[in-house]
Amino acid sequence: MTDVAVDIRELTRRFGALTAVSQLTLQIARGEVFGLLGPNGSGKTTTIRMLCGLLDPTSGNATVAGIDVRTAPERVKMQIGYMSQRFGLYEDLTAAENLQFYGGIYGLRGAAQATRLADLVAFLGLGSRMQQLAAQLSGGWKQRLALGCALLHQPPVLFLDEPTAGVDPAARRSFWSAIHDLARHGTTVLVTTHYMDEAERCDRLAMMSLGHLIALGSPAEVAQQVGGKTLEDAFVILQERDER
Amino acid sequence: MMTRLWPMVRKEFLQMRRDRLTLGLMFGVPVAQLLMFGFAIQTDVRHIPTVVVDESRTPASRDIIAALENTGSFRIVAHVDGRPALDAAFARGNAQAAIVIPNDYSRNVGRGTTATIQVIVDASDPLSSQSALAAAAGLGQARNLTILAAAAGRTSLPVDVRIRPRYNPGLRSPNYIVPGLVGLVLTMTMVLITAMAIVRERERGTLEQLIVTPITKTELMLGKIAPYIGVGLFQMTAVLILGRFVFDVPLVGSLWLLYGVSLVFIVVSLSLGLYISALVQTQQQAIQLSFFFMLPSILLSGFMFPRQAMPEFFQWLGLLLPVTPFLEVLRGILLKGVGLEALWPQTLWLAGFAVGLITLAVRRFHKTLD
Repeated sequence: MTDVAVDIRELTRRFGALTAVSQLTLQIARGEVFGLLGPNGSGKTTTIRMLCGLLDPTSGNATVAGIDVRTAPERVKMQIGYMSQRFGLYEDLTAAENLQFYGGIYGLRGAAQATRLADLVAFLGLGSRMQQLAAQLSGGWKQRLALGCALLHQPPVLFLDEPTAGVDPAARRSFWSAIHDLARHGTTVLVTTHYMDEAERCDRLAMMSLGHLIALGSPAEVAQQVGGKTLEDAFVILQERDER
Repeated sequence: MMTRLWPMVRKEFLQMRRDRLTLGLMFGVPVAQLLMFGFAIQTDVRHIPTVVVDESRTPASRDIIAALENTGSFRIVAHVDGRPALDAAFARGNAQAAIVIPNDYSRNVGRGTTATIQVIVDASDPLSSQSALAAAAGLGQARNLTILAAAAGRTSLPVDVRIRPRYNPGLRSPNYIVPGLVGLVLTMTMVLITAMAIVRERERGTLEQLIVTPITKTELMLGKIAPYIGVGLFQMTAVLILGRFVFDVPLVGSLWLLYGVSLVFIVVSLSLGLYISALVQTQQQAIQLSFFFMLPSILLSGFMFPRQAMPEFFQWLGLLLPVTPFLEVLRGILLKGVGLEALWPQTLWLAGFAVGLITLAVRRFHKTLD
């Protein structure tokens, strides 16, 4: 097992005339919490979708947990957990039914499924919400449920696309402590966010602008590379540059 | 293999159970359509409102009027005086037929010269005027033959054409309509429901979460359509049972064959739905595309209008609809009681559709977002 969990080499994706991601190269180490920052339209979501096998790259390549996303996207899917920006679970099913469904899809049966579900429910504190329809859950509970479904098969790599959008501060805090918990146990986490306090909690960051990688390193290093005192400064500078 | 199929099917059933409106439509539509089409569609128009202008006013004229009314095609609503009153009744729509007896009718009948009567029919709707025209012409002929035969001193007619309507001796519309309705109901619900089922997941964002899992394309597609195979079989059973007991439609042939071929047709319709779902992005587009397909399925398939009457081009076009051969199989089995020995070309054609549409759907359906 290599220590690089995600290896991206000159990854490019075009939609017609628009280049959403251009020549992106970066490596993420195993057990790292890696943040992907950038204004809307900078290519974060497209990058994650390519790494998940949801979109085919136009050129370049990438491996996730050592598996090539271009040649074996289906094998990649057993190695990853994914939370999309939009709540992607079934609102007309209860929390328990959603977990059971995804458990079945990830090949968990009978007693093994029951044990895994019980562990996750305890880890995420979902117990009191299990019999509620997902549609009736608040943003914070929906997000925990979605994380639960993404973790069922104990994936070594986790992709989280703006997981805390529309979630209250207390729920965000407990969500991040869960993320760090997972990382301590060896899970690699790639997360996109708009919140600077969340970006500060990442081990390393990459900042993207118009599909290009423009800064890479620890939160402080990234702020410096873009030319701001703080991350927030860096972000604003970037956004103004993009809008010009 | 296919280990993820069962969780997928189970999830579909759970969702189906919670979606009360769709559930109601799935089971209500066939029943409502059966009652609607079964009772409402009568292709032989009878009892047309008729006005009479009797200028003769004799026993002979009353006799011929009564004879026309007895054909069942005409219902006398009024006796009027003169043409202007007749024209007014036509214009207002109070009457769609008129019988005019000139004042010399009785005299001419008595003298043995040609006596004229006139039957006027509102032919703006050709279908509804047909039976009135046929009834009037038929009565005229019968009258002439009786009078001529009597004049020639014969007690029987020289030629007797005996008509025997086979398979549907009562010439009842429901016998023709109800088997066709099985095909129509399945086309309408199966195509639309599957098309919607996948596009809905795409629109709600749940498809994205589903396709990052290791579920295979086949498991995903099969899991989506399998529950609806059961729904389709239930729908056709409901139509057949109601048809049998409410409309007295016979079930002559082999039920095994009937269900076997219907299963093929259901798979055809579901594959078409899957294919549509792969072509479109929104539920609205899915509905539009399904309806684009639905109308020719009603009009060109021979469900209501005989295909033999259509120009050759449209007969061919009708053959491109899977429901067309299916209707022939349905009527063949249900009304004629024939088996595969007679229906194999249609069955083969249906199987061809199944293979073709499944291939198309599988090719077109991708586990990616673009």
